[in-house]
Amino acid sequence: MHTESLSGQAVFPAKHTEPRPEHPPEVPLAIHDLTVAYHRKPVLWDIELNIPEGKLVGIVGPNGAGKSTLLKACLDLVPRTSGWAHIYGVPYRKARHRVAYVPQRESVDWDFPVNALDVVAMGAYRRLGWFRRVNKTETKRAMEALDQVGIAHLAHRQISQLSGGQQQRVFLARALMQDADLYLMDEPFAAVDAATEQAIVDLLRRLSGEGKTCLVVHHDLATVTSYFDWIVLINMRIVAAGPTAETFSRENLQKTYGGKLSLLEKAAEALRSTPR
Amino acid sequence: MNWTSFDTWIVVVGALCALACALPGCFLVLRKMSMMGDAISHAVLPGLAIAFLVTGTRASVPMFLGAAIAGLLTALFTQWIMRFGNVDRGAAMGIVFTTLFAVGLLLIRRAADHVDLDPGCVLYGAIELTPLDTVSVGGLDIPRAALVNGGVLLANLLVLTLLYKELKLSSFDPDLADTLGYSSQFLHYLLMTLVAVTTVAAFESVGSIIVIAMLIVPPATALLLTHRLLPMLLLSAAAAVLAAVTGHLGAIVVPRWFGFESTTSSGMIALASGLIFLLAWLFSPSQGIVARRFRRALDPPPLSNTETETT
Repeated sequence: MHTESLSGQAVFPAKHTEPRPEHPPEVPLAIHDLTVAYHRKPVLWDIELNIPEGKLVGIVGPNGAGKSTLLKACLDLVPRTSGWAHIYGVPYRKARHRVAYVPQRESVDWDFPVNALDVVAMGAYRRLGWFRRVNKTETKRAMEALDQVGIAHLAHRQISQLSGGQQQRVFLARALMQDADLYLMDEPFAAVDAATEQAIVDLLRRLSGEGKTCLVVHHDLATVTSYFDWIVLINMRIVAAGPTAETFSRENLQKTYGGKLSLLEKAAEALRSTPR
Repeated sequence: MNWTSFDTWIVVVGALCALACALPGCFLVLRKMSMMGDAISHAVLPGLAIAFLVTGTRASVPMFLGAAIAGLLTALFTQWIMRFGNVDRGAAMGIVFTTLFAVGLLLIRRAADHVDLDPGCVLYGAIELTPLDTVSVGGLDIPRAALVNGGVLLANLLVLTLLYKELKLSSFDPDLADTLGYSSQFLHYLLMTLVAVTTVAAFESVGSIIVIAMLIVPPATALLLTHRLLPMLLLSAAAAVLAAVTGHLGAIVVPRWFGFESTTSSGMIALASGLIFLLAWLFSPSQGIVARRFRRALDPPPLSNTETETT
């Protein structure tokens, strides 16, 4: 391969200088050589990642490790300094219809004058396209999505009058409306009640049972082994990625979290208490 | 009080102006960018001055072009200074609009030697004079200001009707808008263009300061009365018209009580807007101070039961 490109360089210089491995379309998310920097300070460095299909994947790492940025870089929401992310083999702008994004709950203003149903209906906007209004079919689908997350009775409530857990369910229902194959979720479990946490877990399991892939930024080390099939440990770089059983080890956590002992002890406890 | 066709036209111009402002104003308020209206309304001044210096007339088309370009530049410069200067939006806006406004004033002073582009008018407007400048449409003399503001109102209505869903989405969750393929940046600059054009139309009639009241106060009033976007737009339109009518009435009636001549209508319209806001704040059925007191009295929290009995 090397000798070939060396010998071929003179003949086909343009074609061989930048090899771009083609990803088979069944890989939901393939990231190569991704670097992201804010104000010249790198946030993500040289990310190389292939997410397998139909898995429930947790992204775990300390604060400021670049977990949210990783999702945003895949969605073209932050500029990439180098590298690329392909979704089912193509750049994001060609795969919008296959991806749903659930941002952090604090990223929007919950005093905005809309009700739960309005927000969920936004999940249909890409299907509708420019200028077209939300129609009866989509309103019906939005009600069904709200029903799937167990808050159909709150459809007409203004969003500021929902609890944190209910607001998170609204976001999930909106993502369901998008009817995607790949779900990118930024801390859906942050500050929600126990019932909502369970509802989200059930929903994630159902989605992955249907062959959908879910990528979830997660904070609570204690629940990692019980929730996720696969994990990505990240701290600016990918520390480890693979099936949870092999990857969620003390050694890998030490590498991810450095010297933060209290966190490590919590993780160790989690490892002991959860049956593997 | 003797009401003339002059007064009717002043109210019509004021109402059209206030309506045209209130619609994009709702989105400014919801995007927490109320002061962007302030910035743009001041920063269009150099655009107007340059358009005047280049063409030598106060014709509407070059004025609108100059203003729209200056308005877009304000939004653009603000964004750049925010990103590259690493300062917050408020500071960036402060830098941009004061600088542009100053340039505009200098250009006007320079031009004012030989024309009637008067800085005082720029600030307060001259709504009382608008019925004098008429255009004949189908045998009817209609003030130019009514046509200009009416045209801008129609344009705003058209954009808001077509892009209601898109503007709602990008105001609530710009990241989602981007991921769904609705460029939040495009929609941002579109809104800024609307604000710039609307501001210029309102400029001659009510000036660059009162226009801020028209952009911000009716939407803020509506937000006290409803929790849905469409009712908010309708209520802010209603508040805008109400302010225009009561404002002009107030301007010709109230000063007489104290033995003065009538006062400036645009100022009174802004004052009326403020009073309507105050009323909504006090008496809104859902969020008003009075309603809240009332509910508390009807349904006192258990611990304060004894206290209400003794009083």
